[in-house]
Amino acid sequence: MLKARVKVTLKKSILDPQGSAAEKALKSMQYPVESVRIGKFMEVVLNEDDKDKAEKIMHEICQKLLSNPVIEDYSFELEG
Amino acid sequence: MKIGVVRFPGSSCEVDCLEAWRLVGEDPVMIWHQETSVKGFDLIVLPGGFSYGNYLRPGSIARYSPIMEDVIRFAKSGGLVWGISNGFQILTECGLLPGAFLRNVGLRYICAPQYLRVENSDLPFTNQYEKGRLIQIPISHGEGNYTIDDEGLKRLQDNNQIVFRYVNTDTSGNPNGSRDNIAGIVNKEGNVLGMMPHPERAVEEIIGSVDGREMFLSILKHWEGRSQGGA
Repeated sequence: MLKARVKVTLKKSILDPQGSAAEKALKSMQYPVESVRIGKFMEVVLNEDDKDKAEKIMHEICQKLLSNPVIEDYSFELEG
Repeated sequence: MKIGVVRFPGSSCEVDCLEAWRLVGEDPVMIWHQETSVKGFDLIVLPGGFSYGNYLRPGSIARYSPIMEDVIRFAKSGGLVWGISNGFQILTECGLLPGAFLRNVGLRYICAPQYLRVENSDLPFTNQYEKGRLIQIPISHGEGNYTIDDEGLKRLQDNNQIVFRYVNTDTSGNPNGSRDNIAGIVNKEGNVLGMMPHPERAVEEIIGSVDGREMFLSILKHWEGRSQGGA
């Protein structure tokens, strides 16, 4: 089995209402914060031991379901 | 007219949709999302609600429900598909309509009456309105902030695909941050419409507005014209 650690983030051009709210809160708490962007972190355990195959499957999973390519980017790391 | 309303796990407006159709004399059918065919239907409604709890992104999981494969085929062959609220989100997730949804700009879930302007009244869904008419139809969503890139927006504008815009009257204007005040759009072919407001909640005086009724009447009018060999 292989485990994929997936990060999904909003594309740079997309406004992030949740991130802006967190950013304003941190600024009002006097922290030296420039900006905050909020994304998602997911762990997917695959019934697959071949790293190349697992990578191909993960790209498919990320493009089809875990991210929306219209507004989001994804990246992942595989670990054994 | 044979009308089907799809029920996903977590849908919550499907019964209101059925009731609204009954008020204009139709006898619609509920379709469970595990079914695999929409053969024989003339219109498919994807209702509002919280399919699959809106987990991951609204509509993202419902988009892979078994029925959706045939709904997509139906839409691509010219069948009428009407997505309301969560149904609109499902239509963007499956690519039948462009764009995507973000959290409302104010981060609040908004359930309130809303004024809209009818921007395109030449559609199967809107032929009973006059272009430019202001109508009051409630919204109810937390993630109705419609977003699309510059090119996509220009295509919507150039092809007259923006059907409803949020407007100011005595209620607030753009309630959620949607790009170009977009409340509803149609595909280029004109047979797939998605909208965030809920016309099925605006069909009886007792619930505050009847401005949604014309959508149901428009679709019937379009259908009668077709079945008589007209446009």
